[in-house]
Amino acid sequence: MTTTTSTLRGAPVRRGHRPNALREGALIARRDVLHWVREPWGIIFGLAFNFMLVLMFGFLFGGAIALPGGGDYLQFLLPGMFALTMLFGLESTMTAMAEDAGRGITDRFRSLPISSASVALGRALADLASSALSLAVLMLGGLVIGWRPTTGPAEIALGVVLLLWLRFALLWLGIFLGLRLRGSGAVTAVQVLVWPIGFLSTVFVSAETMPGWLGAIAEWNPVSATATAARVLFGNPTGATSGWLAENAVLAASVWPLAITLVFLPLAAGAYRRLRR
Amino acid sequence: MNTAMGSTAPRPPALRGAGLAKRYGTTTALDGFDLVVESATVHGLLGPNGAGKTTAVRCFTTLTDLDEGTAAIDGIDVRRDPAAVRERIGLVGQFHAVDEALTARQNLVLFGRLSGLSKTHAHERSAELLDAFDLTDAADRAVSGFSGGMRRRLDIAASLVLTPAVLFLDEPTTGLDPRGRATVWQAVRDIAAAGTTVLLTTQYLDEADQLADRISVMDHGRVIAEGTPDELKARLGGDRVQVVVADAGRADAAAASMARAAGAEASVDLDTRTVTVEVANGAATLAPIVRALDADGIAFDDLVLRRPTLDEVFLHLTGPATSAEPRLEPR
Repeated sequence: MTTTTSTLRGAPVRRGHRPNALREGALIARRDVLHWVREPWGIIFGLAFNFMLVLMFGFLFGGAIALPGGGDYLQFLLPGMFALTMLFGLESTMTAMAEDAGRGITDRFRSLPISSASVALGRALADLASSALSLAVLMLGGLVIGWRPTTGPAEIALGVVLLLWLRFALLWLGIFLGLRLRGSGAVTAVQVLVWPIGFLSTVFVSAETMPGWLGAIAEWNPVSATATAARVLFGNPTGATSGWLAENAVLAASVWPLAITLVFLPLAAGAYRRLRR
Repeated sequence: MNTAMGSTAPRPPALRGAGLAKRYGTTTALDGFDLVVESATVHGLLGPNGAGKTTAVRCFTTLTDLDEGTAAIDGIDVRRDPAAVRERIGLVGQFHAVDEALTARQNLVLFGRLSGLSKTHAHERSAELLDAFDLTDAADRAVSGFSGGMRRRLDIAASLVLTPAVLFLDEPTTGLDPRGRATVWQAVRDIAAAGTTVLLTTQYLDEADQLADRISVMDHGRVIAEGTPDELKARLGGDRVQVVVADAGRADAAAASMARAAGAEASVDLDTRTVTVEVANGAATLAPIVRALDADGIAFDDLVLRRPTLDEVFLHLTGPATSAEPRLEPR
């Protein structure tokens, strides 16, 4: 400790620099990359779990599931799993946000001369990157077990963009929930609730096989819109023979995330400002 | 009247708060809080849990909005220019605000780069700080394996990546073992010696006494007394001599002899057989007290000379006996 005084005397002073939200957001996002490198098991387990769901539904239950309009169940399942993975990403956004705010590291960031947008931006960049990685691994795994997109590169690319677009929208919901529910048991409640929300969709089965009212709910689930659009764009069976969603899946998968973003981005920003209260 | 401007204008205090108020629903955290801390001094903010110390720190560090009053760092208003204030402060909060999953070095580099240092510069600065805070050996280990003292040191180091004009330390030794506490104390002394103004909150009178040039005693969201440690101690009636008598029946007799020797009223607690007397000069009064007890034939099991406890400070400052007396610094 004897050198502290001289260390401090020689310390840099930096005044009047302009905050740069992109640079700072990237630095904060890089924190997550360091986490993945230091503790890769979380991410590996998450991927393994998603893949286990694919195997379970694809091979264990899949044989008993007939699709309205025909088609191979595995081809139907994979795009649905891609969409479900985007939804599951909500949990990690929410948990990371709540933990940082609860531990005081968010306060540390807030006491630094950085842009007030950089904390959320960092979260967004890191989570989009991790979801893109999960998606890539799941797609490769799908290809290994026999999933085949049958369209051209442009459609496939658009399908991937729409999947990440849903993930982008859910970022703001996750940031909002994480900041507002931090420190309460409600975080766990949301983690559990993500499951029925994920299953109450057309991810695993066609809405047409459900009772009418339930099918209607499932069709209006934003996850269903993205799942169906991905099926259309990858040239896989949609399990939907009629209805608005069957004909307008790409539109629905564009509009739903936009609506979620328009609602929850301002709410997330407001929740961040409320930390000052 | 002196209207000198420019270089001859007096430097604003490092920290100034006037009439600060902050309410959470029906709870009042700050209620007419005033504080002035001169540059390059260590100021102790002493108070019990819930006195409003943390809220005060959060308002000065731009983390929490004020309801009323003005707060300024180096003359810069925290509401008008929070960004400029953030460039001038370092904050060590009560919670460890470092990333558990990262190494000590990765944490310091992250905060250095966020503070605007280049990658090379951030690495150099991290190495210096790790060295200064005795963390070089643990530099590349994850913080999750650190002891409380190591974490706290890293926390302080992270707030010194740039030289802050004012460093805020919110109960920096709470939860630390004596060794961890001693190292934090030394760090605070070194930081102050380097010219950084320090505002330190604490629940411990001896901590404020050891470190602070001036102390503000806080209760119910406002400052109830302020002065140098010596001034406050004089106000608090000095040390206590405490005797545990062998026979509870002789406690009153002991109180009488002790009062005679010390020239002050002694108080009796029969449950613990303890007799306590306030003494202005502890070391000098101890021998007369022992002689008086001896002369009156009172046996005792234990005798201690101790500083006033924080409880006694508050009783003294807030109790009815003192309410009519003038404050140390009438405000």
